[in-house]
Amino acid sequence: MKIKVNGDIIETTSTTVSSLLEELGIKAERVAVEVNTIIVKKSEYSRFNLNEGDTVEIVNFVGGGQNDGR
Amino acid sequence: MEDKLVIRGIEFKSRLWVGTGKYKNLEETKKAIEASGTDVVTVAVRRVNILNRDSENLLDYIDPKRYKILPNTAGCYTVEEALRYARLAREAGVSDMIKLEVIGDEKTLFPDTEGLVQATRILAGEGFIVFPYTNDDPIVARKLEDAGAAAVMPLGAPIGSGLGIRNPYNIRIILETVKIPVIVDAGVGTASDATVAMELGCDAVLINTGIAGAKDPITMAEAMKHAVIAGRLAFRAGRIPKKLYATASSPIEGMI
Repeated sequence: MKIKVNGDIIETTSTTVSSLLEELGIKAERVAVEVNTIIVKKSEYSRFNLNEGDTVEIVNFVGGGQNDGR
Repeated sequence: MEDKLVIRGIEFKSRLWVGTGKYKNLEETKKAIEASGTDVVTVAVRRVNILNRDSENLLDYIDPKRYKILPNTAGCYTVEEALRYARLAREAGVSDMIKLEVIGDEKTLFPDTEGLVQATRILAGEGFIVFPYTNDDPIVARKLEDAGAAAVMPLGAPIGSGLGIRNPYNIRIILETVKIPVIVDAGVGTASDATVAMELGCDAVLINTGIAGAKDPITMAEAMKHAVIAGRLAFRAGRIPKKLYATASSPIEGMI
């Protein structure tokens, strides 16, 4: 199915947040995940289902101090 | 005498807080942070690069066990955006602390203080330890304290400007107005600026561009460390009053 991850539409076989992270090679402990603007708790990654057309945001920490723009 | 900075039960060993933006690379970031002697670093929340998974992770260089990680909401221009970033930052799982920025204008990067007070109230209500980046306005500082801020972070001058503490008198009034810690955030360009902030009685100083933008960031980080310590000691020691005329420091008695 197709879902949108961080602005890009990707084809995936992952049906949960945890399998998507695994597919993308992302360690769960250092990220936060939103599905359709709802924040998914880490404890729910393995049972939070993904559906066709979902919008997923995966964020982590990057260098930044005061406002660095976008 | 012990002179510890404790905010909401969290003990900060350093009164110099350091941002992690604008360095050449993560290795330089790490070295500058080590040279600064800080134990608290600010970080931004951004999308993971899903196409290039080889990109390095900041937390591989900045160990969260060694440093307190203070995520920010940099780049947020509305209350809603700032809340979203703050909640994501907390879910990323390093702390309940948030350096809250609600920016009002792209050119000056001055805070939208109305939105800032609103967002502070909401996040404090959700259990966040909120550090709002604010203007050097004592009334807004008081409103932020009332809204539940853990400290206030007034700017010394616009972000990245290096203009120093443009309104030391307002900073002093803020120090007299609020009971929560006052941490100067933004505007510090060189060591003496940091010292001025600390001599006024501020509890800490946050510096990013002043260090990262220097020709030699690692040496500047060390300079800032000493500047903050010197300013704090001078504040605690109590400076002499300024006078127009000389006062001899050697005795007159015994002169021939």
